[in-house]
Amino acid sequence: MRRLPVQMTLGAALSAVFVLAALVSFVWTPYGVEGLAIARRMAPPSLAHPLGTDHFGRDILSMLMVGARTSIAVAIVAVGIGMGLGVPLGLLAAANRGGLIDEIVMRGNDLIFAFPSLVIAILITAIAGPSAFNAILAIGIFNTPVFARVARGGALSLWTLDYILAARVAGKGRLRISLEHILPNILNLLIVQGTIQFSLGILAEAGLSYVGLGAQPPTPSWGRMLAESQTMVSLSPHIAIFPGLAIVLMVLGLNLLGDGLRDWTDPRLRRAR
Amino acid sequence: MLSIRDLSLEIAGTPILHGVSLDVAPGKVFGLVGESGSGKSMTALSVMRLLPQGARLRGRVSLGGTELTALDERQMCAVRGARVAMIFQEPMTALNPLRTIGEQVAETLVVHGAAPRGEAMRIAREKLDRVGLAADRFDLGRYPFELSGGQRQRVCIAMAIALRPAILIADEPTTALDVTTQAQILALLESLVREEGMGLMLITHDLAVVAGMADEVAVMREGRIVERGPTETLFRTRRHPYTRALLAASSHVPKRAALRSAGAPPVLEVEGAVRDYPLGRGAVFGARGHFRAVDGVSLAVGRGESVGLVGESGCGKSTLARAILGLEPLQVGAIRLEGAPVDAARGVPGALRAKMQVVFQDPFGSFNPRHRVARLVAEPFHLVGRPPDWRDRVAEALQAVGLKPADMEKFPHEFSGGQRQRIAIARAIVIRPRLVILDEAVSALDVSIRAQILELLADLQGRFGLSYLFISHDLAVVRAITDRVLVMRAGRIVEEGPTEAVFAAPRHGYTRQLLAATPRIPEDWLAEETRHGA
Repeated sequence: MRRLPVQMTLGAALSAVFVLAALVSFVWTPYGVEGLAIARRMAPPSLAHPLGTDHFGRDILSMLMVGARTSIAVAIVAVGIGMGLGVPLGLLAAANRGGLIDEIVMRGNDLIFAFPSLVIAILITAIAGPSAFNAILAIGIFNTPVFARVARGGALSLWTLDYILAARVAGKGRLRISLEHILPNILNLLIVQGTIQFSLGILAEAGLSYVGLGAQPPTPSWGRMLAESQTMVSLSPHIAIFPGLAIVLMVLGLNLLGDGLRDWTDPRLRRAR
Repeated sequence: MLSIRDLSLEIAGTPILHGVSLDVAPGKVFGLVGESGSGKSMTALSVMRLLPQGARLRGRVSLGGTELTALDERQMCAVRGARVAMIFQEPMTALNPLRTIGEQVAETLVVHGAAPRGEAMRIAREKLDRVGLAADRFDLGRYPFELSGGQRQRVCIAMAIALRPAILIADEPTTALDVTTQAQILALLESLVREEGMGLMLITHDLAVVAGMADEVAVMREGRIVERGPTETLFRTRRHPYTRALLAASSHVPKRAALRSAGAPPVLEVEGAVRDYPLGRGAVFGARGHFRAVDGVSLAVGRGESVGLVGESGCGKSTLARAILGLEPLQVGAIRLEGAPVDAARGVPGALRAKMQVVFQDPFGSFNPRHRVARLVAEPFHLVGRPPDWRDRVAEALQAVGLKPADMEKFPHEFSGGQRQRIAIARAIVIRPRLVILDEAVSALDVSIRAQILELLADLQGRFGLSYLFISHDLAVVRAITDRVLVMRAGRIVEEGPTEAVFAAPRHGYTRQLLAATPRIPEDWLAEETRHGA
């Protein structure tokens, strides 16, 4: 067994804490997140409320746990959409490298890349109304070209190898070669990219919720917690600090995990260490 | 000049070198030969102290009275490039693509503080002239991508000799080059040694190269020098059994059954094949140019016959192979396999494809690393439908190439280069094709492994009545295994005939040039063995 790099262990641990918190929140949170208790509003961290309470008296730890659920769900589905559309497109482009289909797919990618994602998200929510679902859709669409490029890039270098030529001599078509020989060999690239897109998805969801285009109340969301607390930062800073910290730590953890996975799966980088 | 005594090397606890001792004298060529993994490159890197992390070196390396092992890293930097210089195998990656050749040669001088930039550029010009890159065609401002492999290797040599080092280490300097280019580079190295009094340590796997170049030779095996002596004496006496085995393997000619069925229709016919590649447009509305990779080639391969196709890199031999395999369309001409047309543009039916298979050069790139051997070898069954007894057939093919049926459950990385080439051959014969195209199939292998694979190919040909199209740049190998040979140059066949006749009396100037450039061990050096009966 190869030794795991430190940063990857750290990243995996950080990510695991948040995933665990999200899972636990399905069955148990320290307090309910829907009941208001104005009497104990804006309480600083204490033994009863480890992270304090917000302006409606809700327990911030409980809010963050349920909010992690929203963030992770949005990110998973967004990465899923990105992979589900992007990878087949990338493989298709690579199988027809230099041809018309390649050109169409890649220029389509450039087109999506060229639009600022927030503007499109605003456009989608303006038409369909703000909701977590529409946020997922917008983030997913912008993940597609990323995965298409990674898949195509990885596949292109594989298409020149002798074992692909051998498969062609064995009469296998492009589709079959793509599924049987190309996809398994670019899977590590895709997993690494997936982790990074996952963290970007969390950031994007927080951003959209912050401007009011993401998850709608009463669904707790880290981005909206941040937005609601900003007028009270000078009064009780903990209401803003903890959701902000949650976003930073989760994104940091996922990025470390992604970087670590990339180094770990790339034999050249592994040897250099 | 350079004297190595009892040099031992360990890397992360694994012993690499054991008590290596040798001397390189000024104005002399010292040849270090051995197969891959014998430690010959590590010996060179130990002299330069360019070793990987975790390396422990013992013994003495002295250069003109200086004990190199006693120097610290900063002092070693002053030695590298200035007193000991090195040339590597791969000229394509040894130069920085973004800097001009003049800058790169001058850099050695500037880094060592030997000359200010202006002066360094003047010396760079002088050195490039010396290595045969004349000023009128090879300006200092040219970039590596504008040069051929041989020209790049000349630039590397100019960089190495810029500071007139006492010792030049050349690690497989011509292995990546064509034979005619190899002959020129070797001649250049030899003239540098003789005229400038440098000591050359020539590291190579090719016994014929050292036979023609070296004053003294050492044979390495598993980190030890097993035999060492003046070149001619060493080749004539061959005291150590390993030296004998190596020499025997390098000139090995497998026994082949005479299976030629005269009068039978040929298995493969190629008629007037032309393959063009479109080039980019010079201007937006300019006409698109064409590069003609294969230019009117006709050939035939009879049943059970081995036909060699020799030529230097870029002559179109691999393009022709891909066209025959139905992977690339022809613009003009026809390919017929047992009379049926192979036309990549219209698609080749599986049953026809099943009559031909291929073995590639690189034993490491030939397999999907994630599949087990059973699945890899069974891949051609895709053409004919996988029979119910496919596992037995795969086991049988593995046994035919000298592997065990139990190897089916292993992954390709568990095998050595030679074993992988056996797996590649098993994959090629599992559906019993008529024709096997061997595209440089033994070029990446060590001589002793190469001899075994050639023996195996000859054996399989006799057992299964295979026809071979043997594509190679290595004339010795082609001579050993083929009945007829075709010499290809710039997309055309320039000479064709029975192998022995062509090699004994080449008619075309290019064939003569190729044969003259091929390094050879003098025959009377080898003849000694039979007289002594050793």
